[in-house]
Amino acid sequence: MWEQIRANRFRSVVLTMGMGLLLLLIGYALGYFFFENAIIGLIIALIVWGILALIAFYQGDSLLLGLSGARKIKRDDNPRLYNIVEEMKIASGLEKMPDIYIIDDPALNAFATGRDPSKASVAVTSGLLAKLNRDELQGVIGHEIAHIKNRDVLLMAMCAVMLGTIVLLAWYATRVLFFSGMRGGRRSSGGGGGGLIILAVGIFLLILAPILAQIIYFTVSRKREYLADASSALYTRYPEGLASALGKIAASPVQLKSANQATAPMYTINPFREKGRAASNLTSTHPPIQERIRILRAMAGASLADYDKAYREAKGAKAGIAPASALALDKMAGATTLREPSPEAKAEEKAPQKVERARQTSDMMWRFSKYRAVNCPCGTRVRVSPEFKGDSVQCPHCGRKLLL
Amino acid sequence: MLALWIVLGIVVILLIFFIATYNGLIGLRNQMRNAWAQIDVQLKRRYDLIPNLIETVRGYMKHERETMEAVTKARNLAQSIASGDVGARSKAEDALSGALSKLLAVVENYPDLKANQNFLALQEELTSTENKISFSRQYYNDSVLGMNNKVQMFPSNVVAAMTNFKLGEFFEVTVTEEREAPKVSFT
Repeated sequence: MWEQIRANRFRSVVLTMGMGLLLLLIGYALGYFFFENAIIGLIIALIVWGILALIAFYQGDSLLLGLSGARKIKRDDNPRLYNIVEEMKIASGLEKMPDIYIIDDPALNAFATGRDPSKASVAVTSGLLAKLNRDELQGVIGHEIAHIKNRDVLLMAMCAVMLGTIVLLAWYATRVLFFSGMRGGRRSSGGGGGGLIILAVGIFLLILAPILAQIIYFTVSRKREYLADASSALYTRYPEGLASALGKIAASPVQLKSANQATAPMYTINPFREKGRAASNLTSTHPPIQERIRILRAMAGASLADYDKAYREAKGAKAGIAPASALALDKMAGATTLREPSPEAKAEEKAPQKVERARQTSDMMWRFSKYRAVNCPCGTRVRVSPEFKGDSVQCPHCGRKLLL
Repeated sequence: MLALWIVLGIVVILLIFFIATYNGLIGLRNQMRNAWAQIDVQLKRRYDLIPNLIETVRGYMKHERETMEAVTKARNLAQSIASGDVGARSKAEDALSGALSKLLAVVENYPDLKANQNFLALQEELTSTENKISFSRQYYNDSVLGMNNKVQMFPSNVVAAMTNFKLGEFFEVTVTEEREAPKVSFT
């Protein structure tokens, strides 16, 4: 049942190769314009990429952990976290126990890093440790271990480096082109109209390449997120754990201090999510959280095939997360039964009753003051003051237009 | 002459196929054995933890003698057949899991015990060990399935039959009444 990982990686690799092609194209264009020799441009592009890739490959994990201010822990520092990581290591069949880091930050997030499964690390924030119960933490760690097991970390790092190189080269080239545009134009005037067309195509490429590369990058990244969610459900046999953890993370208002755009795809959820906007656009490294929760909760079993089915139903898409041949194999494995929540999570279920009662009381108070309430499909309840005269409002959480 | 080369080519291709399939089978069998060793480690860990647990809770649980004895008995039985075959073992270990979960469930009735740091640490260890047992069993069964598929499916089954490969045995979870957690009211 582990074969599907290999099969599924194929699509990501194809996309990454597309990105490599873009890099070569831009190098070619660069060489053509500035050195009158396309090969030199190609070589420059490859050298820049090579240096960045080498740094990312050998120093990437220590850079990332250093930047986020993570400190390594031993077994006795936090036996529970250590145990949970070990449980997920066993469930996934990982050969070596990953290093565990804690980031002292009240935000709720986690990430995995390391270039291969035998040299990997998992980092979680202290906020996450404080807020999540055992099942939820297990779901999140399962997600991170899945990133390690599926070798997403290396793929995403290499993708990020390629994107960085393309953006860098294109930025530099447009600058030079802009300032020396007149001179370049005069030089190519000898070639007549043909040179001008090539110049236009080149400029077009320079502008378009970074955008295209970014879109590819985000597509690959989001695919890996869905696959990691599916794997986490498979390892834990309990998709509700990750779903409820994602719910808690989504509800938390604290943003991670130490994250930046470059490291965003490494985290469980996007550290830069903006409130009041649906994040399901092309320029998001992570799929929208509510959608991930919906898919996880719709799963009938814990196998990848179950996730695939829930995914296709939620997205209304024909293509799932894994090829059909892999899913057929997975179905035979019989990984369909879900397990019971742990006693700790069961005890927690009693608390929401109290919340529910409080909510009913407050609803009543609002009604007394003649406030109207609209339920948004995203789960938010919007209250509208009696003073409000319009006939529709925008949901502050997802941005949908709601009729009153 | 050409016919000879064709025959030779076919023989070489068959040979390569045979070697690749055989190595694949060996790899799967090693993965399965490794997974089995993982279960073993966790089961041994549980044998070691139980005497500690009984020692800690004995002072608090005056009225749960039977529950405690059941755990000790199940543990000793499981340990005594630890070198037996997979089927018998999985039954004994299941009984132990059931007895243990009963004991951990009645803990709810002893608030003093839940304030004991030593007990809390033990409880975490036991919970995690239980999880690790089921996760390693999960992985072991997946590995067995992977190998059995290869052993039974064409064309790798030809190689498996020639080299006398045996099917792996699943570590089953038998659903018995013992496995169900007893109903405890919290009112």
